[in-house]
Amino acid sequence: MLNGMLGKKLGMTQIFTKDGEVIPVTVIKAGPCFVIQKKNKANDGYDSIQLGFVEKKKERVNKPIQGSFAKAKTSSFYHLREFKGEMLDSYQAGQKVTCETIFKAGEFVDVSGRTKGRGFTGVMKRWNFAGGPGSHGSMFNKAPGSIGSSSDPSRVYKGMRMGGHYGNERVTTQNLKIVAVRTEDGIVLLKGGVPGPVNSIIEIRKAKKKSHSVKGS
Amino acid sequence: MNPLLNIEKDFLRTDMPEFKPGDTVRVNIKIKEGDKERIQAFEGTVIRRRGRSVRSTITVRKDSYGVGVERTFPLNSPLIENINVVGKGMVRRAKLYYLRGLKGKAARIKEEA
Repeated sequence: MLNGMLGKKLGMTQIFTKDGEVIPVTVIKAGPCFVIQKKNKANDGYDSIQLGFVEKKKERVNKPIQGSFAKAKTSSFYHLREFKGEMLDSYQAGQKVTCETIFKAGEFVDVSGRTKGRGFTGVMKRWNFAGGPGSHGSMFNKAPGSIGSSSDPSRVYKGMRMGGHYGNERVTTQNLKIVAVRTEDGIVLLKGGVPGPVNSIIEIRKAKKKSHSVKGS
Repeated sequence: MNPLLNIEKDFLRTDMPEFKPGDTVRVNIKIKEGDKERIQAFEGTVIRRRGRSVRSTITVRKDSYGVGVERTFPLNSPLIENINVVGKGMVRRAKLYYLRGLKGKAARIKEEA
């Protein structure tokens, strides 16, 4: 079974449990993905499956990639991503992969996406520096403070946290609980937020650091 | 159409009566004590409605022995047994925050004829 697939973030909302508890959920359209290519140890050195997501007009695809779609006898797709898993032999090229075959309510997943770009930001937003007092004549408001000592070492250490470009980077959120899997429209509800803006493409993978067994909810 | 509405409509409650800010309502809330459940009522003036769809809430204000008490309820929460509209009020505003500064006779709202 594959351990993940591609999805599209549709947005966030909240739902109620029977006890009246509110759960903040991210709504994700997971799949349907299609198997484009199977990689195996003999040929490629590792086992994985390449999935395609979001259909694309054939004339918009360049010729080399058109070839790999033709080989799998599928239509063309915007997004291609490899996923690992167990018993990958059961998948055939061109096969449709839906979310309910991989995810079950109660399990945990990791979600990777590209975060919203925030442009050039200061150290408070980018590195969670505390900053200084906002008022009482303090003139030290959002500045980073000292960035090192003087003649020894006479330089700023590499990796010193400073202002700069923040966001628009790949980020993974771990251990999000699957609240529900809606088979009929291929939608997965996750408790909590995932990186990236609405309508962005995200990878959903089974949680690395949590067991996959379903515990009593 | 907003795809989230499809998810939310499963959690929307359709049994809520119509009411506006200024109306007097009695909210019956389910309260769990151990394994027993009972109903507690909270009656007062609706001073605000806020949010949309499944996230909408109302704030009800009442005067309890000279102390103003406000409670905010999620309208679609399953913890609300029901809401009874006790009286209709005539107000010109959507948010009746000005009631917080008024007491006794001045804090009354004209009833709708």
